[in-house]
Amino acid sequence: MLKDITIGQYFPMNSVIHRLDPRFKIVITLIFIVMLFTGESFICLGISAVYTLIAVLLSRIKFKMFMKSIKPLMPFLLITAVLNLLFMGDGEVYFHWKFIKITSDGINVSVFMIIRIVLLIMGSSLLTYTTSPITLTDAVERLLSPLKRFKFPVHELAMMMSIALRFIPTLIEETDKIISAQKARGAEIDTGSITNRAKNMVSILIPLFISAFRRADELATAMECRCYNGGEGRTRLRQLKSKLRDYTALSVTILFFVCVILLNIFI
Amino acid sequence: MANIIEIRNLHFRYDADSENPSPEILKGINLDIKKGEFVAVLGHNGSGKSTLAKHLNGILTATSGTVTVDGIDTSDETKLFELRQRAGMVFQNPDNQIVSSVVEEDVAFALENLGVPYEEMRQRVDEALKAVNMYEYRLHSPAQLSGGQKQRVAIAGIIAMRPKCIILDEPTAMLDPQGRKEVISAVRKMNREYEITIVLITHYMDEASKCDRVVVMDKGNIILDNIPEKVFSQVELLRKIGLDVPQVTELCYELKKAGLDISPEIISEEECVKALLKLLN
Repeated sequence: MLKDITIGQYFPMNSVIHRLDPRFKIVITLIFIVMLFTGESFICLGISAVYTLIAVLLSRIKFKMFMKSIKPLMPFLLITAVLNLLFMGDGEVYFHWKFIKITSDGINVSVFMIIRIVLLIMGSSLLTYTTSPITLTDAVERLLSPLKRFKFPVHELAMMMSIALRFIPTLIEETDKIISAQKARGAEIDTGSITNRAKNMVSILIPLFISAFRRADELATAMECRCYNGGEGRTRLRQLKSKLRDYTALSVTILFFVCVILLNIFI
Repeated sequence: MANIIEIRNLHFRYDADSENPSPEILKGINLDIKKGEFVAVLGHNGSGKSTLAKHLNGILTATSGTVTVDGIDTSDETKLFELRQRAGMVFQNPDNQIVSSVVEEDVAFALENLGVPYEEMRQRVDEALKAVNMYEYRLHSPAQLSGGQKQRVAIAGIIAMRPKCIILDEPTAMLDPQGRKEVISAVRKMNREYEITIVLITHYMDEASKCDRVVVMDKGNIILDNIPEKVFSQVELLRKIGLDVPQVTELCYELKKAGLDISPEIISEEECVKALLKLLN
């Protein structure tokens, strides 16, 4: 039951986008987000849309998957659109009733917002769809490593993150076992009233927590036995080498960004 | 041959310095283990065998007495990393000792900690994975592996440090028979081919019977220390402390008790068959 949960929604494939250096991918995604929010006209948005479309096509991930990531945010999208539609004041008035009026500006702004948010979701989903969580953690650690100078615990955070990722399947499996064990003892987990079910959750959470702490203790000992001593002087098996394609991707992104800025200025 | 592990009059209790220390868990252990030996430590739950194991790479340090491993006193904190590199430890639960989500990165964990440069690390990781026959799984996630495979990955993680000695604390207790077989044959290979000293803590008699030497512990003391044949012939004593003997040994013991002329020092099936055939003829 619980095994179906996937974290980070990573789709292992071997496209150009998948093979990009994760550090570059994060930076590129950030530039993309800034680009989306600097663009003030539909032309700028169109350029961003073209950019997103190219990236999506290159990733060879099915378009359906992106729709899936947009779906849960639909209510939010609709509310934004409706609010903009109803309360944006200026421009040609198409419809007027009490304090509500629908204007050309209102329509423009809501369409603009919807496209912008959809592109934002698609762009950021592309990052998690094409990069495994562990690689992502690794890349974040490397990108943030300059912060070490200010005593920011970059390595420790990344280590915690990667251990958490490592233990997700283990703990899910364990939760499954505990649920079965408690059901066998007559706990009502799928049935009964909501309050009862909530109470019965406690009988799952407590054993799970106790076991998680025990695991943490054993893991800490095992890590010490393998000479773990914090981030100081560590080397890495996972080497990240930036290649020509990474710089190309970055340059193309910057090119699009510059276009958007220029269009902002001259239109 | 020279000793790699020397334990002299080792006493241990938890919280020895506090107001209410625990009862004494190890009560004056003396034990020498030679380089390249394959030693099994047997004992019932609470006999102190795991506590003893934890003294061999400095997870616990002696309340009194000394433990020396490859010339390093385990109470010397300045040499802790050197000690742990030379005496690797494998634990019971494979899930709780695998750190990374990728097999090869987990094997590299110790090397990363020690700051081994990339080229050498790559080579040592591949060698270690090949040594335990897990090379083709190097890019898998540990969650996809069976218990026996995970435990072999854990062993590879230790081998990669190139230790002189490996201590295994009930490495097969949570595995199915197939997994047990895989792990024990990997351990034996380490001993035979790489001449690594092995200390195998176990409560499986059949595993112990295949070692060079068996040390039996009870209530914090070593009560037997000999080759497996001699140890298992002490059927009465072993039963008294809650241990079984291998089935064939028990058979021979009962036959001898019934008045037949058969050696009680038989631990393998082949030997047993031979002895029985001789009797029948």
